[in-house]
Amino acid sequence: MKTASPKHATAAETFVRDEENTDWHNETLWFVRSKRDRAAQTIPEWEALREQASQIKNHALSNLDNYLIQLEENARRNGITVHWAANGDEHNQIVYDILRKHNATKIVKSKSMLTEECHLNPFLIKQGIEVIDTDLGERIIQLREEPPSHIVMPAIHLKKKHIGDLFHKHLGTDAGADDPQYLTEAARIHLRQKFLMADVAITGVNFAVAETGGFVVCTNEGNADLGVHLSKVHIACMGIEKVIPKAEHLGVFLRLLARSATGQAITTFSSHFQKPAPGQEMHLVLVDNGRTRQLASPDFRNSLKCIRCAACMNTCPVYRRSGGHSYHSAVAGPIGSILAPNIDMNEYADLPFASTLCGSCSNVCPVKIDIHQQLYKWRQVLGAAGAVEPAKKVGMAGMDALFSRPWLYRFAGRAGRWLMQTFPSLANKPGLNPWAIHRDMPQPPEQSFRDWYAQQNKKTNG
Amino acid sequence: MNVGLFIPCYVDQFYPKVGIATLRLLESLGVNVIFPMEQTCCGQPMANSGFQSLSVGCDRNFIRNFANCDVVVGPSGSCVLHLKDHLHSDENPAEATRLRNNVYELCEFLTDVLKVSELPKARFPHRVGLHTSCHGQRGLHLSSMSELMAPKFSKPETLLRMVDGLDLIQLSQPDECCGFGGTFCVFEEAVSSKMGKDRVADHLRHGAEVITGGDMSCLMQLEGVLRRQKAPVRVMHIAEILTAEN
Repeated sequence: MKTASPKHATAAETFVRDEENTDWHNETLWFVRSKRDRAAQTIPEWEALREQASQIKNHALSNLDNYLIQLEENARRNGITVHWAANGDEHNQIVYDILRKHNATKIVKSKSMLTEECHLNPFLIKQGIEVIDTDLGERIIQLREEPPSHIVMPAIHLKKKHIGDLFHKHLGTDAGADDPQYLTEAARIHLRQKFLMADVAITGVNFAVAETGGFVVCTNEGNADLGVHLSKVHIACMGIEKVIPKAEHLGVFLRLLARSATGQAITTFSSHFQKPAPGQEMHLVLVDNGRTRQLASPDFRNSLKCIRCAACMNTCPVYRRSGGHSYHSAVAGPIGSILAPNIDMNEYADLPFASTLCGSCSNVCPVKIDIHQQLYKWRQVLGAAGAVEPAKKVGMAGMDALFSRPWLYRFAGRAGRWLMQTFPSLANKPGLNPWAIHRDMPQPPEQSFRDWYAQQNKKTNG
Repeated sequence: MNVGLFIPCYVDQFYPKVGIATLRLLESLGVNVIFPMEQTCCGQPMANSGFQSLSVGCDRNFIRNFANCDVVVGPSGSCVLHLKDHLHSDENPAEATRLRNNVYELCEFLTDVLKVSELPKARFPHRVGLHTSCHGQRGLHLSSMSELMAPKFSKPETLLRMVDGLDLIQLSQPDECCGFGGTFCVFEEAVSSKMGKDRVADHLRHGAEVITGGDMSCLMQLEGVLRRQKAPVRVMHIAEILTAEN
């Protein structure tokens, strides 16, 4: 059984305690956001491109049933075997059945947030299968036995020293060596062996094209290609929202994806898979896992437009200062905070509150998801469902009583200011008032604005 | 035109001088201002905490208080945005809609409705950092946003540039959130405080003597950090600077 993860506020408090590391993490992610800005500035039609991407996705989601059927038909015609999985367990079982059919015991996997969401790795490892993540960042966190902290840069929370220590332990590099080129070379040699030994390659899918029955996988390391070309069997796993109508739409999304993600004009590899090579088997697993539920909800359906670029994480001032692990879900940051509650409302009830609703996420989103507005709407859903801490609810009921009654508000204001003036140490006591741990309280004035105003009016009129 | 002055609850209680400056500024521009005495809160604290259902009483009280006003003006982007987006009434939906469409944040009221082009008396010979509030900027579009590839503008900055002697400093991250976030400031105390510290550091690094902005809630957050650090920098609402004559 998975033990309950600490809630975001608690995990973030732990993260922030190391202020030097927090500053480094913040600056690293802000650097990526700045690169994104510079890349976007080179495209005069950037905002029009975002709008177009948004509308293509809206259209695809509104006609998802038809496009999925079209995708399935065309993929089958190409010789791809198509599978449908209602949830994560079914997905894992489908993958395992394919592996069993081929007596496969060793697999290589390129980046796939879907398999992370379905917890495929632990499932396969339990069945005695060796699963090697071949994206360098993913391999690093796999060796550390921890989840990714970012969907594009899974090991972004680690410094080269951590990698040096890790590779020394697992790959036999020299103790204390942290030269990036040396470490990357060691990883390359290690991964080459795994590629050569693999029976089956698993990849994710960035875009599946209904019109052609093919799909595209974007990587910077070419690890998806290498895995697929060296294995007899390729299993590609995708959420059903990844389908786009036509091949020509790739021109819109590929221009936006890498620029939004890392500030690159395009990922180093955009691998198009259309049909299995002679002697090879190709499988496409289409997974729902709550997506149709999200699709049925007018308030939240357009979160399914997400192309997993992580621009919202890089820009999020909270993500940058709390780290991806504080979100305790497969997808961290603002987009994770609106996707996760759909999967398990109680487990992830804290995430829509891990935001100041500053709105920067919605502005960088290449497919124009109204992320911060959905965070607000999730808060209402959680409040109504009783999934919010009871103390918060009591506090808010108290505020309702106070602000609905002007006489009570006036009285409480006077009493409050008197208390703060008379017992300033009480108001500034961190144990009683979390505000005061790192900040001073405002100095309460003698009179409120309305008292002053009433007095003025008395002077002029009286 | 009757302008209803909306003074958010925490400004009323903690920063009356901001209310006074707003009133004086509007009156100096020849506006007929009414301050409805029974107003309280816009309801945002409850709504942002997941209890929009508990802001019905606030909504009702707000509508009752401002029914006689042609427009409503408040010195807070955040509270105004909340009203614009969420003011609701089952009993009187037409009045709620009318008020939603006629509530203005102070700066936009000055630049867009009054079309103020000069403030001849205003003088403030200091180095000033402008804190851009997220709700004012990304919600009410008071200024352009660094994420969007669009022409640059800023209504608060336009106003500050009318003040004699004012030296507006440039920031490294001109539209990074201060971390206040309503109840976020206590429920996510650690990240909230860290965000406040970082925002203050940007202003201090660039030599601000005063940090200003259109939202007292952001400024309360920055003031809390400044006073804890005993930094020789103060916060002032933009209304206080636009009415400064020293």
